[in-house]
Amino acid sequence: MVAIGTVGLGGPGALGGGALIGEIDEAGAPRPPAGRRWQRPPAWRLVILVIAFLFYAFPFAAAVKYSLVQSDGSFGFNNYSQIVSDGAVRDSLYTSLEISAIAAVAVVLLMLPTVVLVRLRLPRLTLLLEGVTILPLVVPPIVLASGLAHLQGSAPEWLVKLWFNHPLTGLTPTYVVLAMPFSYRAIDTGVRAIDLRTLVDASRSLGASWFMTLTRVILPNVETAVLGAIFLTVALCMGEVVLSSIMLYNNVLPVEMIQVGASSPGVSVAISILALVFVFVLLFSLSFLARRRRGSTSVRVI
Amino acid sequence: MIRFEGVQRHYGSVAALAGLDLEIADGELVALLGPSGCGKTTALRILGGFDHPTAGRLLVDGRDITGVPANKRDMGMVFQAYSLFPNMDVRNNVAFGLRMRRQDKASRLQRADELLELVGLVEHADRYPHQLSGGQQQRVAIARALAIEPKVLLLDEPLSALDARVRAQLRVEIRNLQQRLGITTLFVTHDQSEALSMADRVGVMQSGRLEQLDTPENVYRHPATAFAAEFVGAMNRLPGRMGDAGDVQVLGQRLSVLNPDGREPGAPVQALLRPEAVSVVRDTAGAGEVTQRTFLGASVRLEVVLDGGQKVLVEASSHDVGVEVGTRVGLRILADAVVVASPGVAPDPEATPVVA
Ligand SMILES: Nc1ncnc2c1ncn2[C@@H]1O[C@H](COP(=O)(O)OP(=O)(O)OP(=O)(O)O)[C@@H](O)[C@H]1O
Ligand SMILES: [Mg+2]
Repeated sequence: MVAIGTVGLGGPGALGGGALIGEIDEAGAPRPPAGRRWQRPPAWRLVILVIAFLFYAFPFAAAVKYSLVQSDGSFGFNNYSQIVSDGAVRDSLYTSLEISAIAAVAVVLLMLPTVVLVRLRLPRLTLLLEGVTILPLVVPPIVLASGLAHLQGSAPEWLVKLWFNHPLTGLTPTYVVLAMPFSYRAIDTGVRAIDLRTLVDASRSLGASWFMTLTRVILPNVETAVLGAIFLTVALCMGEVVLSSIMLYNNVLPVEMIQVGASSPGVSVAISILALVFVFVLLFSLSFLARRRRGSTSVRVI
Repeated sequence: MIRFEGVQRHYGSVAALAGLDLEIADGELVALLGPSGCGKTTALRILGGFDHPTAGRLLVDGRDITGVPANKRDMGMVFQAYSLFPNMDVRNNVAFGLRMRRQDKASRLQRADELLELVGLVEHADRYPHQLSGGQQQRVAIARALAIEPKVLLLDEPLSALDARVRAQLRVEIRNLQQRLGITTLFVTHDQSEALSMADRVGVMQSGRLEQLDTPENVYRHPATAFAAEFVGAMNRLPGRMGDAGDVQVLGQRLSVLNPDGREPGAPVQALLRPEAVSVVRDTAGAGEVTQRTFLGASVRLEVVLDGGQKVLVEASSHDVGVEVGTRVGLRILADAVVVASPGVAPDPEATPVVA
């Protein structure tokens, strides 16, 4: 359960980490001597930095150390190699990655055109859309879970076969819905930050179809926002445990980790560390992509 | 040839366009001039295909294009807001239209460079929009619109965000380019000197309607309506009375009226007179006194207050006028035909005479 908690919090925790890294950059950058009033802030910034660093680093270091203790008491990478050798864990990791990828693509395909359409043509629906997309946060997940479980139990057999038999079809649509509060807001913020109408009109008058306008003009200019939405969706898919266990999908990573954690806690901690590292890598590639863009006028979501 | 036929556009109860009829000949530059909110942008957006009329139709060379989507209209547009794609460098911005037409990379980039040459920005081809000044961005936008060799060029106040010097320069550049390429152009502006100096014909708009469409000279000299008269150039309003034969009596002179509109003989009206259509003569028994004198270089602008309190602006060549403030003068009207307005109708606040 501890491990799950770590993975589940990977998103927000990583966000905090990102902000911190920003701080380091700023404090560490060579600053032109700006006079005496600059002497104090670095001092107390440094204190906060150290505290924050310890706050994040200490549990992480402890977890790393714990994951390196092998069942015979010696140090080594046994727990990590078990992840790879344990077929069930490996399969569940693949399944979860597949779910994440499909959900992320679906979120972008669904949300970007919707947001653009509403901003351009149906501004009156903005409020409705904001209300609808926040629902997954307002309705407790347990309600959604029991609803789905009920459907699972009472649906005709062909539907169960088609929809619920595999976590890929059973969970992905649910995660797309669960990710809506974040994905909609991330993309909407990005689209608000550009002069959508003018860019679309310019693109259209130059002969671009709607598809071209969306992929060649809008998407590159809200790239960071879309990456943010993808990131949040992936974090959700890699950490969600309530729905998947209620719907009895045991072969996805988070649920698998609970099971492994019961028998060999070292392995489950190792998995959670890998998940955390994965999230960090995702975050850094995001920041990197955002910085690479020379014409970076788009909004930084993270 | 482009034709607006009774084009209307309503937003709820607001009529942005209330029946616009307009014809633009091939290779002509027509400027739409009017106060803010009169429907200029709406007219342009409808022609560009970004907005659709609630009534009426649009014809290009006799073909109805009312339902044709924007990307099939072959019209290059330059927007009031900066509209370059931030994610592309200048060269790729200009080449975008050709890319959408599936032209191969080498030839479209070469064409883009040619167009950048035309607007004098080749050396900035590798920059991104945010690295350019406002004037440069608009020049790139013009190059981008021209790259697709459009049938029609649409310009929506492309110069309004620029400072006066750049604006004057770009004005000339755009006009030269337009004439050189012979491209049919609809230009929207609320700056009368821009419209008068650039256009083949000027359309004065008010409340979604065209008040007058004529050459800049005629719009200035023979305004069709009081609104057109007062929106373009500075204007005096002098009280007068309609005569028997469609004429008007002002300051003791008899002038013919351009817009009698069935006014009764004897009806009180206000005659609209340009400052340069009035002259002063030194006369101790004259009707007014010079209260202000502004030297403008080639001309002198005088403010004369008549004994009744009426103010009259007079603009005269600085060679002829030797009057000082405080001199008593008589007024002579040089024009022989004027536009009249009904008294009591306050001039449109948007149309306060601009002293150019
Ligand atoms: N999307 C819209 N919804 C409602 N009303 C609109 C919309 N667009 C324009 N209008 C109204 O239509 C009228 C004409 O607008 P338009 O933009 O054509 O004016 P304009 O002549 O271009 O003014 P400006 O010189 O300020 O740009 C205005 O009264 C405006 O409020
Ligand atoms: Mg406008």
